[in-house]
Amino acid sequence: MTSIINENLVFECETGNYHTFCPISCVAWLYQKIEDSFFLVIGTKTCGYFLQNALGVMIFAEPRYAMAELEEGDISAQLSDYNELKRLCLQIKRDRNPSVIFWIGTCTTEIIKMDLEGIAPKLEKEIQLPIVVARANGLDYAFTQGEDTVLAALAQHTSNINSSNNIDVKSLPHPPLILFGSVPDPVVTQLSLELKKQNVSVHGWLPTKRYTELPDIREGYYVCGINPYLSRTATTLMRRKKCKLIGAPFPIGPDGTRLWLEKICSVFNIPTVNLEEREKEIWASLEEYLKLLKGKSVFFMGDNLLEISLARFLIRCGMTVYEIGIPYMDKRYQGAELNLLEQTCKDMNVFLPRIVEKPDNYNQLERIRDFQPDLVITGMAHANPLEARGINTKWSVEFTFAQIHGFTNAKDILELVTRPLRRNTILNKLNWNEYNVQY
Amino acid sequence: MKLAYWMYAGPAHIGTLRIASSFKNVHAIMHAPLGDDYFNVMKSMLERKRSFTPVTASVVDRHVLARGSQEKVVNNITRKDKEENPNLIVLTPTCTSSILQEDLQNFVNRAKFESKADVLLADVNHYRVNEMQAADRTLEQIVEFYLKKAEKQKTLNLEKTERPSVNIIGKFSLAFHNQHDIAELKRLFKDLKIDINLIIPEGVYVEELKNLPRAWFNVVPYREIGLLTGEYLKKEYGMPFISTTPMGIVEISHFIRKIQKLLVKANYPVNYEKYIYTQTRFISQAAWFSRSIDCQNLTGKKAIVFGDATHAAAITKILVRELGIDVILTGTYCIYDQAWFKNQVKDLCQEVLITDDHNLVGDMIASLEPSAIFGTQMERHVGKRLNIPCAVISAPVHIQNFPLSYRPFLGYEGTNQIADLIYNSFVLGMEDHLLEIFGGHDTREPIMSTLSSSDDLIWSIEAEKELKKIPGFVRGKIKRNTEKFARTNNITKISVEVMYKAKETVTS
Repeated sequence: MTSIINENLVFECETGNYHTFCPISCVAWLYQKIEDSFFLVIGTKTCGYFLQNALGVMIFAEPRYAMAELEEGDISAQLSDYNELKRLCLQIKRDRNPSVIFWIGTCTTEIIKMDLEGIAPKLEKEIQLPIVVARANGLDYAFTQGEDTVLAALAQHTSNINSSNNIDVKSLPHPPLILFGSVPDPVVTQLSLELKKQNVSVHGWLPTKRYTELPDIREGYYVCGINPYLSRTATTLMRRKKCKLIGAPFPIGPDGTRLWLEKICSVFNIPTVNLEEREKEIWASLEEYLKLLKGKSVFFMGDNLLEISLARFLIRCGMTVYEIGIPYMDKRYQGAELNLLEQTCKDMNVFLPRIVEKPDNYNQLERIRDFQPDLVITGMAHANPLEARGINTKWSVEFTFAQIHGFTNAKDILELVTRPLRRNTILNKLNWNEYNVQY
Repeated sequence: MKLAYWMYAGPAHIGTLRIASSFKNVHAIMHAPLGDDYFNVMKSMLERKRSFTPVTASVVDRHVLARGSQEKVVNNITRKDKEENPNLIVLTPTCTSSILQEDLQNFVNRAKFESKADVLLADVNHYRVNEMQAADRTLEQIVEFYLKKAEKQKTLNLEKTERPSVNIIGKFSLAFHNQHDIAELKRLFKDLKIDINLIIPEGVYVEELKNLPRAWFNVVPYREIGLLTGEYLKKEYGMPFISTTPMGIVEISHFIRKIQKLLVKANYPVNYEKYIYTQTRFISQAAWFSRSIDCQNLTGKKAIVFGDATHAAAITKILVRELGIDVILTGTYCIYDQAWFKNQVKDLCQEVLITDDHNLVGDMIASLEPSAIFGTQMERHVGKRLNIPCAVISAPVHIQNFPLSYRPFLGYEGTNQIADLIYNSFVLGMEDHLLEIFGGHDTREPIMSTLSSSDDLIWSIEAEKELKKIPGFVRGKIKRNTEKFARTNNITKISVEVMYKAKETVTS
């Protein structure tokens, strides 16, 4: 185990033996977000089985995604990848007529070295349909990082679309701002409104509701991320698109949202309006939840990279955090968020949590046994067994699918976090908390 | 390549894991990339397991791609051996790992020296077999391993039990109504005065497997998983086995008569005829139910059946022979077992469909328009879309098919459950039609206009658009809350901003 002392925060790295969703799960929310898209996951039965079970009812709603299931002939290269993909993509074009097809590369395409990036441009021309290739595989990435690979690929595609859209940058009150990260449309509206109140206008989002509406992203534009797992996208926007990245904490929780807005305003030299009052108002509306959380402890096992932001918000809510497990820690992209975490601990006078990258679930369970935290935020593989041992849990996946950004949704986060506490206060009166051993 | 977004049977490693995790104190280690341990979620969620699923991954990542697993797999095996002290560790390849072509057998051989547990490599080809075939093979492999081991150690117990006894090969994790089925089988054998020697694999220690040959015979209630083991035990130890599924009145009597024949042959004369007579006519309600006038109305009704071979064949037989329902199509996704399936249903229905393509099944349902469907979760959804009632009779299933209450499909209580299931499907369908003919239950006013008088409030066009984005089932509530907020704050025009202001203010 390696330990690096970075000022005050302790970063550790374990074995990487932890449970998380495969990054191909990003198709679940991305196909819903980008309405004219089709996602083709090129992989095996295992990938298909995961999607089918993890996405449950969505499968039955005729989703705009499918598996290109590799068979023995594909693996041993008896079949031509190009012809096979062409056949499937033509079928998709005929049946669904999407504006874009995303190819999601998987572990298998990596191992057999299927040249998706090479095939795509040729096939794109032949079938007259844009193809975006993203390698969202379990060899390299965890869960939400899948979205990161897709958005990074999409960022490079943007110039192909609206290149005619010329705007005179100098006439604008501030340079164009692009926000990146996939959130449901109501959240897009909410965050855009918050910025509008501060006299900042959003030039465009990555991604947009439709592929054909993607903004043109040019050199000198400012970009800002709204999710902590988008480091590749940020890098692509900076290096390939020559954009300027605004490094801010993420707009999760009222504290994060205010600082996110403040940072953007400060970059554009725009004074903020009423921000502190707004934050106070929101905190006041959370009072009921805060009473429940004050003094309680929480343990993040780590699986979706939202952990730092959530921990920071919960510490501000009066909780203590024993451990922040996280699949991957980009200290540069999350720099502002990490600083805020540290500051928040100082403000609230609590100890700094240890941040465990690539955690080992087995070791974590031992630590949970020792700490007996009031709440464990964990994946579904461990939730029921922990509950049976009298430990309150919250499924981490819900934070990925719920609306958690901005001032408006702060309550939704706390609704999720306090749900097990509220439920279990009722049940605890029954005194039946241990379900794993028989006497 | 095949374009697909739904499958009836899972990948091979799921089958192996289902068997390994069924045994007590057996640990499975998957050679798999991050995220392939979704099996643990299924165990923990669908079966609501209280214990941690004994499955871990030896993660295949970039380093493994570059240099091979090297010590990693061996270390993971020996580590698990120390941490959990299992009796057996099953190394499970996945489809990703099998194309790496690492010599996993070699890792197993090396790990054996260092660990107290036995170590096995699941012998399964990921591109040729599915979940059920892999489960079938893994069970045989483990049974064979422990019987051979016992032979070598001279601890194999070949002496038959004094009284007639049976092994049930067919209790698995994540199987359809399996727990209830096994309880029902136990009851049946108790009634028949036959002792149960072993029920495998769930809940059994591998060390107990050496007692398998003590039973007089084996039963394999589900042919998907267990047949190989049954055949192996017959070949090696001369144990007869019965693979008739005791589902439905007629098949249960077949099942019992086969047992009778076996016992008579073993010089243990029994006569179960009176038992069958009483159970059929007075204990189970299903036979009488078929005779009752309620059921008369079902005569000639059209149904479609689809599922695994065991359940689809059994339900087809019940519908046709026991209820007089017209099965216009029956089918299975167990393609590899189609000869058996076709033989079972050959005189019972008009058409047989062997496919694992759910679209084809859906299209057939749409074109044949049955009054009811008996299928898997997928057919249930097809039924929903087409407004045809559907009862779920086979895996793949959702969490609602892991009921808390007693719901066997096998045995005499099973016949009652199935009769209810079938009857309720059809009656609901009838009721639905009657309602349609007579114009529904009641005249319904649109919810929005009755519950909120929006006359004094104006919604901006943007706000209305925003409202439409909100999922239907909460839209009404949000509209009402927003309007309440607007009224208390003397706002007459509702903008998007007012909407979200309202959301922020309303305490739940």
